[in-house]
Formats: sequence, C-alpha cells, structure tokens
Amino acid sequence: MATLDSKVPKGPIKDKWTDYKNHIDLVNPANKRNIDIIIVGTGLAGGSAAATLAELGYNVKAFCFQDSPRRAHSIAAQGGINAAKNYQGDGDSTYRLFYDTVKGGDYRSRESNVHRLAEVSTNIIDQCVAQGVPFARDYGGLLDNRSFGGVLVSRTFYAKGQTGQQLLLGAYSAMNRQIGRGKIKMYSRHEMLDVVIVDGKARGIIARNLVTGEIERHSAHAVVLGTGGYGNAFYLSTYAMGSNVTAAWKAHKRGAFFANPCYTQIHPTCIPVSGDHQSKLTLMSESLRNDGRIWVPKNMDDVFAIREGKLKPTQIAEENRDYYLERRYPAFGNLVPRDVASRAAKERCDAGYGVNKTGEAVYLDFAAAIERYGKEQAHVKGLDENDKAVIDKLGKEIVKAKYGNLFQMYEKIVDQNPYETPMMIYPAVHYTMGGIWVDYNLMTTVPGLYAIGEANFSDHGANRLGASALMQGLADGYFVLPYTIGDYLAADIRTGSISTETKEFDEAEKEVKTNIDKLVNNNGTHSVDYFHKKLGKIMWNKCGMARNEKDLKSAITEIAELRAEFWKDVKVPGSADEYNEELAKAGRVADFLELGELFAKDALQREESAGGHFREEYQTPEGEAMRRKEFQYVSAWEYKGEPKDAVLHKEELVYENIEVKERSYK
Amino acid sequence: MKLTLKIWRQKSAESKGKIVDYKLDDVSPDMSFLEMLDVLNQDLINKNEEPVAFDHDCREGICGMCSMFINGRSHGPDRAITVCQLHMRSFSDGDTIYIEPWRAKAFPVIKDLIVDRSAFDRIQQAGGFISVNTSGNTQDANAIPISKHAADEAMDAATCIGCGACVASCKNSSAMLFVGAKVSQYALLPQGQVEAADRVKNMVAQMDLEGFGNCTNTGACEVECPKGISLENIARMNRELIKANL
Amino acid sequence: MSGFFKSSIGRKIAMALSAFFLMFFLLQHFAINILSVFSPDLFNEVSHFMGTNPLVQFALQPVLIFGVVFHFVMGFVLEIKNRNARQISYAKNNGSANSTWMSRNMIWSGVAILAFIILHFIDFWFPEINTKFIKGDWSGLHEGVEGYRYFEELQHKFHSHIRTIAYVIAFVFLMLHLLHGFTSAFQSMGATAGRKKTLQNIGKAYSIIIPLGFIFIALYHHLKYVLG
Repeated sequence: MATLDSKVPKGPIKDKWTDYKNHIDLVNPANKRNIDIIIVGTGLAGGSAAATLAELGYNVKAFCFQDSPRRAHSIAAQGGINAAKNYQGDGDSTYRLFYDTVKGGDYRSRESNVHRLAEVSTNIIDQCVAQGVPFARDYGGLLDNRSFGGVLVSRTFYAKGQTGQQLLLGAYSAMNRQIGRGKIKMYSRHEMLDVVIVDGKARGIIARNLVTGEIERHSAHAVVLGTGGYGNAFYLSTYAMGSNVTAAWKAHKRGAFFANPCYTQIHPTCIPVSGDHQSKLTLMSESLRNDGRIWVPKNMDDVFAIREGKLKPTQIAEENRDYYLERRYPAFGNLVPRDVASRAAKERCDAGYGVNKTGEAVYLDFAAAIERYGKEQAHVKGLDENDKAVIDKLGKEIVKAKYGNLFQMYEKIVDQNPYETPMMIYPAVHYTMGGIWVDYNLMTTVPGLYAIGEANFSDHGANRLGASALMQGLADGYFVLPYTIGDYLAADIRTGSISTETKEFDEAEKEVKTNIDKLVNNNGTHSVDYFHKKLGKIMWNKCGMARNEKDLKSAITEIAELRAEFWKDVKVPGSADEYNEELAKAGRVADFLELGELFAKDALQREESAGGHFREEYQTPEGEAMRRKEFQYVSAWEYKGEPKDAVLHKEELVYENIEVKERSYK
Repeated sequence: MKLTLKIWRQKSAESKGKIVDYKLDDVSPDMSFLEMLDVLNQDLINKNEEPVAFDHDCREGICGMCSMFINGRSHGPDRAITVCQLHMRSFSDGDTIYIEPWRAKAFPVIKDLIVDRSAFDRIQQAGGFISVNTSGNTQDANAIPISKHAADEAMDAATCIGCGACVASCKNSSAMLFVGAKVSQYALLPQGQVEAADRVKNMVAQMDLEGFGNCTNTGACEVECPKGISLENIARMNRELIKANL
Repeated sequence: MSGFFKSSIGRKIAMALSAFFLMFFLLQHFAINILSVFSPDLFNEVSHFMGTNPLVQFALQPVLIFGVVFHFVMGFVLEIKNRNARQISYAKNNGSANSTWMSRNMIWSGVAILAFIILHFIDFWFPEINTKFIKGDWSGLHEGVEGYRYFEELQHKFHSHIRTIAYVIAFVFLMLHLLHGFTSAFQSMGATAGRKKTLQNIGKAYSIIIPLGFIFIALYHHLKYVLG
C-alpha cells in the first residue's frame, strides 16, 4: 500500500512554518507573469487566494457557479472568526488556539497544519481591518471579542451576525482590485466539470458556461480548488442550494485522495424541518447558547399534550423540565461543543421526547435569560426587582439587543414569537471536516492540484470549533497557499503557456460532453430532486448523527442501487446548450450519489467514535464517544472505478506537542 | 391554499418574453416562496414542461441571489426580507401573484426570472476596495482606534447583499443606494480616506456607464432594501463626490 | 469640474442648486405678495423698487429666468434618461407601497407648474416687459390710477373666476412638487445626514405654508371683488 507523504517540515512545531518559508523556492516577479493559475470557487479560501496570487503577479483565472464571486456560501457564516490576538488579556496564545483546535477536533487533525493556522490567525485580523472590514468595536474604539463553544477564552472577532459576509466582501474587494487591474479573469456562472491532467500534473479544467451551456477548456500551470464542503449529500442542510461536491469529486476521480469523508458536523441549533416541501435548513447562531437553555419535558404525557396542542411549553413547571445538557455536562452546560450538543438532542428525541409534530425538536428557552437580565437592569436602574412586568420588559430589551435579528429571522420562518415561547431547534448538517487529502503544502495527491478551505481535510479533525472555518479559509488563501504554491511553480518557469489543444483536453472534454448528453437524453420518469431527496433520507437516517455497522452496510447497498436507478430513470428537461438548472443539478446529484457511498464506507471502517462521527457500538457506558488509539489516522481513499472499490490509505497522526486525552466537557 | 401565478417566461436573452399563467392547488402556508416555486417546477417537470428558471442559492437571506418582483414589489410584500425569506402565509387562498424579473436596462434578462447583475461587479471593480496588499504585513489591527459609532455605521452600510432590489424598485432604475452603501462604508472608516476622492469618482462614472438611471430621492430603495440600508448613504455619496471635485 | 456636471450625481446637484434658488425666489415673491393683503401702499412701494432697481432687473432677473429654464430643461432631460433606464416596464408595479405619489410624479407636478408659469407670464411678466422695455415706461404709474399701478393690476387679475381657480390648482401642484422637492434638494446636496427629521419638518412647513399663502392671496382678492 502506498504511503502518504504529508511533507511536514522537520523541527520544533513553533518554527516549522517560519523555517519552511525561509527555505522554499521562489518565483521571480518577471516569471510570475508567465504563469497561470486556475482557482475554482470564490469563497473565503478561493477569493482570498485569487486576490493574493494575482497581487503577487501570477495570472489568475477564477471560477464560480454563482452570478458573482460575492455570493459564495462563506457569506452565510454568522458568528465570527477566531484569532489568537489575546486582546482581552485572558490568557490566549497561539499555543492555546492550536491546543483548543486539536482537542476540539477530537485529536484527528494534523498537528503541524493546525499550529500554522493558529500562527497566521492574527495576520488575518490585521489584514481584514486594513481592507476596511467593519468588525465590532468597543466604546474605546478597539476591536471587540466574544466567546464561542468549546473554549475558555474570548478570541472571536465578529461583525454583527454577519461575519462571514463581511470577510467575504473583504476578499471580494481585494479580488475586484485585481480584476480591475486585469490580473484576475473572472468566470462567474461557470461550473468546473473536470480537471485535466497532463503528464501527471494538473494543467487545466473543463468548465461549463451555465448561461450558454458551452463547454470550455481552460489551461494553467496549477489548479486550486476552493469549492467548499459536501454537506448537501444530505439534501437538507444549512448549505446553499448550489453547494456541491462535483469539483472535488472530479479531482478525486483523477487521482486526488479523498480524506475522512465521514467527518460531518451537525450543528445543534437549526430550525426544525416543517414539512416535505422543505428545501433547506436555517441555522440559528451558536451564540444563542450563551443565553438559551435547552430542554425537553420530563414526562411523556406532557410531550403528547404539547404535540396535540393541548399544552403550551410555558405551562410546564420547572420541575417537569429536563435541561439535559446541564444535567449531563455540568461544567460546560449549554455551551458544550457542537457534536456533543447535537447528539444529546438526538438522544432525547430518539427516546420520544421531541416536542414538535415530527418528534424532532427540542426547546431553546430564553425565559431564564430574560428574567436574569431583567433583574440586573431593574437593579441598575433602581426599579422594583420583584415587579414581574418591569423585569420582563427590561429583560426582553437586552435579549433583543443581543439577538434581535436572529429572533426576527426565527419568527419569519416559524411564525412564533421566541420572546414569548421557547424556540424549537434541531440539529442539521452544517459543515464537512473531511475533504480532499492535502499535504503540508495544501497540495493533493495530484501534483499541481491544490485544495484549500473547507474543500480540504486538514485542520479540523473530526469536529470543527465555532468560528474556525472562516479562520481556516482565509489562512489558506491569504497566507499559506501563496507561499506553498510558489515552491511548486518555481519548477515551471520555463514551461511556457499550456496548450488546450492536446489529447488530454480532448478526452476530458469528450467525457464531460458524453456525461451531459446522457443526462439530457435520458428521458426517465423522475426529477433530479426525487433522487436527491432519497439520497438525503438514506444519509440522514443511516450516516447521520449516530451510525452503526448494520445501517452503514445497508446504506452502501441502497446508495449504489439508487445511483443505478438514477442513471436509468432520471429526467432532465431542456437541452444542454442553454441555461438549464436541472442539468446542473443532475450532474451534482450524480456525484453526491458516488460520494455518499464512499462516505458510508469510510464511516463503516472507522470503528470508533470521534467528533462528528459517532458509532453506536463505540460509546462509553454514559453514552459518550469512545475514541480508539488504533484509529488515530487519516483515512485517505483512492478512486478505483466504483466507490466500493476505493482503496484506503492511512496517514498516521502523531501528536508530539499535545497529550492525547479523553475529551471531556463534564 | 390555491394560487394563480402569473410568471414572466423568457427563453433566453434574445427571445421575447411574456407572462404565463399557472395554477397551484396545494400550497402550504409554511412554505417559503421559493419552495412554492420548487413545487411548481416539479409539477412542470412531471408534465414535461420546462421549469421556471430563477436565481437562488443560500435561501437564508444573505447571498443576494434571489431577485423577483412579486406583486409589484421587490422581494414581495413583506419588508426587510429577501424572496427566500418570504413565506406563503403572507398570501391568502385564491390570490393571484405576479412574478417578474428585476427590470432595468443595466440588468438584462438571461432567462425567465434570472437577470444579469454583473454591472454591480464592474462598479465595485472600478473602486470598491482599499488598495492594500494582502500580504498580512499591515499594522496591528488595534493600531488605529475607530469609534464604535463610525464602525457601526460603516457596518450598516456594508451589510448590503448586492441583490439589486434598490434598482428594481426605483422608478428610475437607479443604483445609487448600492453604490452609496459601498462608498459610505469606506468613507466612514479611516482606512478608506486615502483613496476616497478617486473611489467615488470612478465608481459613479462606472455606474453611469452601465446605464442606471438617476436618483430622484423617492426613497423606494430604502423601503424595499432587504437589509434596510439607509438613504443617508446616498446623501453621503453625493457629499463625497462634491468633496472630490472641490 | 465639467465632468462633474455630466455625471448623474452632478446633474442631481445642479437640479438641487437651481431648486434652492427657485425656493428662495418663491419665498421673497410670497413675502412681497402678502403685503398686498395688509398694505396696498407698501406693496406698491416694494413692487416698484423690484420693478425698477437695475440690480434686480438686469442681474437677478436674467439669473432667475435662467434658473427657471434650467430647472425645467434639466428636469425633462433627466426624466427621459431615467425612463430609458428601464425599457420593459412591470406588468404590475405597486409604487405606492414604497414611495409617495409626490416623489413619483415630480414630472407631472412640474408640467402643471410650467403651464401655470406660462399663464403667469402672460398675466404679469409680458405686460411688464412690454411696458418697461418696449414702451420705455419706467414710471410705475398708470392713467386713472392713484399712486403706483401694481396693486390695481394685481386686483384686476383676480376678478376672473377661471383664473383664480387656475391659480389655486397650480398652487396645489406647487405644494405637491415642494413636498418632495424641498428635502430632495437637500438630500441631493448630501445635507440630510443626521438632520433628516428636522429638514423634513422644515420642508413640510415650507411646502404647505407658501402655496397656501399664495392661494390665500388669490382668494382674498377674488372674494373681495366678488363680495364687493
């Protein structure tokens, strides 16, 4: 079995990145003008990489399927971005951020990459402020921080509840500057459908112009994928409708190993599913758990009464409520990490205590916070602390100031007033820690093919901490890739421009066209969504928050069958040479149907519980995740024709700077 | 709920479009507007007709992709939301709903309800940035204190999602709320001062070139903006332009 | 700077500047006319001063004419440009949901005011020009009129029912035009930031009081004549 070379530099962890930068090959500015780089995806990772590489002098071609690079789904991140600035003086440091991230990832991430991430985190904040990102500030005019789940310091920078948006617009503005200078050529409404490999190196892509349907060839000296995660394999998720695995999956099929596909983050606080028509789930920021208390009724009678509408949650007495997170995890309470909170909600709902019609919802209650804030305010203002009406009014004002926009969003969607009655929430697929395997240089197993941001696997292990996704995307794009890619491209200064008139491009284009023709001419009986929803059901029920051998095995069979049925029976209206959303969707779902199977296969081989991956067979008597030493590796899958034939490669994970301990939040 | 939909159908940019009527019988008030259109599209596909093309992506009101003029208003009857956040409970059984694309010369129709908003990108490329290298070797983020008030106001301007509702609802198809918001964000922050004059001149010049109309201060944009961007941003842009020319 | 006035915002600002001038003119016109209600003599004195002072006649009057013409021409030019910015109109457009009737129909209130100005010129301005510049009579006197002629002429015009009604209607349109135009001009100049409410209130007061005042003057003279 081939071994994976992670190319981690030697030396003490705190010096690795600096030493590495001091010793890599550089490309001189005149030569950079002769080198082309393709970047697919323009979210935080792709957008920041495009801007930086163009600024360094490379010719960048950037691709996104949206109508503008500004709409990539990074824009939806609400909470914030972590950085070890220690502005609050509460003991934060690069090491502590590194430690928290590795621990939060349940000791399944690569130490050296995470440490580098923590090192460059502070640069990100400097950079973004210089770009005009309006982070929240305190009254002294300095940057404000908030606290997030799973850590004990305040290191999260934020811009209201729209941090992702502001950071993305920052990267977008940096891109715009380069587009204006002619250094980036932007291809929006384009979808990458294949990577072209010439002499073993990634040398271009095949893309479809989504407006005209034209299949285009684009060549470059290196190809970078910043194409995000694959959570839409579950159909219902907090991802954007267009988020897909296609680019990553095509890269996988061309030789890039796919790592840890089963590591999926299920976010605990989302708005529950309301019916079959549901197309998407909406996240409510994790920050709500700072003040909201999560509970279900203790007695089954109350559960039934609530579901039938005979009882209101506010009528249930305190002693008849089960604040299960506070009961099970007294130290962290409602602020346990996401994987733990999600599983606990599922556990209660599986036991029958779910509080909505489908039995898949728990309460997130702000009554206690309203009372506490109300009393505080009454005291501050010298009002009667025992006057219920006064307390209620003052408390609601504070809650409104903190979470007003979220409460409004909830009310719009659910049509219930969360100031008066507890919110209903349920976990939903939110992020994928797994992704394309990359080495320390962020290069995949295909030379010249890079993966950055959520598309790669490296930094979050088996579970991602809140406010770390934005950090990783920008770190990769602004500060890591621009160095590491230069080291590779230094060998390419004499190559000259890459021709698209070669047999490799011919073949790749032909394959893409054949695939599209097959879909358009299939004339089956069921729409793309029909298959996507079916896949989603299998994924959620059998590869979701809790997994077991039997379910995973049946998932593998069912997904393979569904895939066969899809290719036989899918119906794609319209033609290939026009704007055709159904066709684009069909291609994406076809790839999800392959990825889904690999996902289940990966989950099946990982006979332990770690982070977002919970195997029912491997839990402690108290129901907590049980990690196993023999699985302290990255599973990297090599494509061999069918997902079932994929070959497993293992990258052993070594922890020299952190002691691997039981991850406890009790 | 039973609904009659009157939807603008247009095969491509070149072809002529028209309003086509559709009936939907089983609409749940809990559906979002886009989910209602999903249902319609599934029906159409099952009947071997072409589904209605519309832009959408995040479906949580932040990407700015969805863009429909519903019953005579950008993003439909509710305030401060995008179409994806509009729910069918805002309508009544038996309603007739007009669904049209954004209308502006600078936003040509691509297909059905999809328009080309790349004019917005080009305006941003003309100057919607601060020319700072992305090397990370800038000064410490806390080196320049910025008053909370200015930071908050800049944030309010920066919250624009670039959906184009302002243009669509303006009787003059003016893009000034969009451009004003971007100009304001940088004008309010110390980082933006160095290039302030060139920025506003270049962005306004590009805006004019794209064929947007002129602002006559009707205030429709502010009312229809899903993010509640204030009209004051236009005033600030005007002031910046005067300043830049003095 | 020439580029500035070719830009969309530059033209807006030019509209605003001419509007400020016209609003100031309107205010002084009103201030003089209201005198006709309280003191015909004072009205005559001031009118004569305005009608014969060289600074007013040869400097301010041409500026005023230019201002009026500019405001109208630019208004029409912008309206045409703005209409061109949307080539296919909406099948259903619910403008009243997000803006006032006044703001959406400045062109029509403007056209109504233009019609009025033509009438007004025929009534007063052309005869004045005729008397002063063609006949060369700068005395301000008229046969059979005691003292200056201005008050007499004013009163005379409001004998007609139709003209009085036309005046009243025109001033209603002026009110509608001002109700949007006043704050709009400040907004165009970028002067609303932070004092929007105050300006709106001043604007409302101005836009209602001035046209109502003119209507009052017209009705006062008309009723005085009718009731004898």
